[in-house]
Amino acid sequence: MADYKIDDTIDITDVVCPVTFVKAKVALEELDDGQILAVRMNNGEPVQNVPRSIKEEGHQILKLNDNGDDTFTLIVRKVEDE
Amino acid sequence: MSFTNEQVERYSRHIILKEVGAKGQKKLLNAKVLIIGAGGLGAPVAMYLAAAGVGTIGIADADEVDLSNLQRQVIHTTADLGKAKVKSAKETMQAINPDVKVNTYRKFITSENIMDIIKDYDFIIDGTDNFPAKFLINDACVMAGKPFCHAGIIRFKGQLMTYVPGEGPCYRCVFKDPPPKDAVPTCKQAGVIGAMAGVIGSLQAMEAIKYIIGKGDLLTGRLLTYDALTMTFRTVKLPKNHECPVCGDHPTITKLIDYEQAECDMHI
Repeated sequence: MADYKIDDTIDITDVVCPVTFVKAKVALEELDDGQILAVRMNNGEPVQNVPRSIKEEGHQILKLNDNGDDTFTLIVRKVEDE
Repeated sequence: MSFTNEQVERYSRHIILKEVGAKGQKKLLNAKVLIIGAGGLGAPVAMYLAAAGVGTIGIADADEVDLSNLQRQVIHTTADLGKAKVKSAKETMQAINPDVKVNTYRKFITSENIMDIIKDYDFIIDGTDNFPAKFLINDACVMAGKPFCHAGIIRFKGQLMTYVPGEGPCYRCVFKDPPPKDAVPTCKQAGVIGAMAGVIGSLQAMEAIKYIIGKGDLLTGRLLTYDALTMTFRTVKLPKNHECPVCGDHPTITKLIDYEQAECDMHI
């Protein structure tokens, strides 16, 4: 089982680039350092780009779960900068 | 405060930026900027700040839109001729972004009213075209402890600098007194390329945004000059003048001054 507790969940399957990443970024900014966000996204472009962009912001990617319905759930730990 | 879906989309290109993010966008939405002059410089400042989601924008100008303004004052249109500039500017800003609250001041700023007008704002933009107003804005901002961005344009040239209390010189440290009447022509007498107002006004908007989000280096202690004919930008380092009569160690100007303006220079 997962060794993390999810603090907030967002679904970005209803939006397209760049709002996908923007929504994930806004949700992460609202969390405290170390808290965990689950992001449900579509296969394809979002899975290719959103995890990479989140990583570039300095956050820690814990896992990418295949939900089996052509969506994925990304588990991210917030890393506060500054 | 959390964003609506519409705000996330509207400000997505800001929020994506590491230097802005959701935090910076919230700062912009909570910020209050006053633009003095709804003319050539004020137009791009007002439009970019409204588009950026600066939550409260004040705009001060006593004039009406005149046909000769439209060559550079892109916030007004031919349909606005004869309308108060502040009203026309407000309509454009709210058409760009209904998130923005616009306060209008249909008056020329004077020593009598300026302190009351600037007191509610975080950052002031000098978009005026005459020296009496520029010195008045400087002195009032120094006395009230308000940051502001000065700019001036003429012909193919423009300049700007930013004053932040306690950091670097004020406008009067650099330019001690207004020049004698008619020693320097106004843009009405000398002419100006409309795009110059766009370049320099946009840089003023950029200074306001950087100040609000708290990122980057402002033009404090530096004067930026732009010459369009030679296509050169220069920044000149300027020290604070400790003998400055308004922001120096022993200020001698402790009351605001309304300098006289030659009759033919009265219009923005």
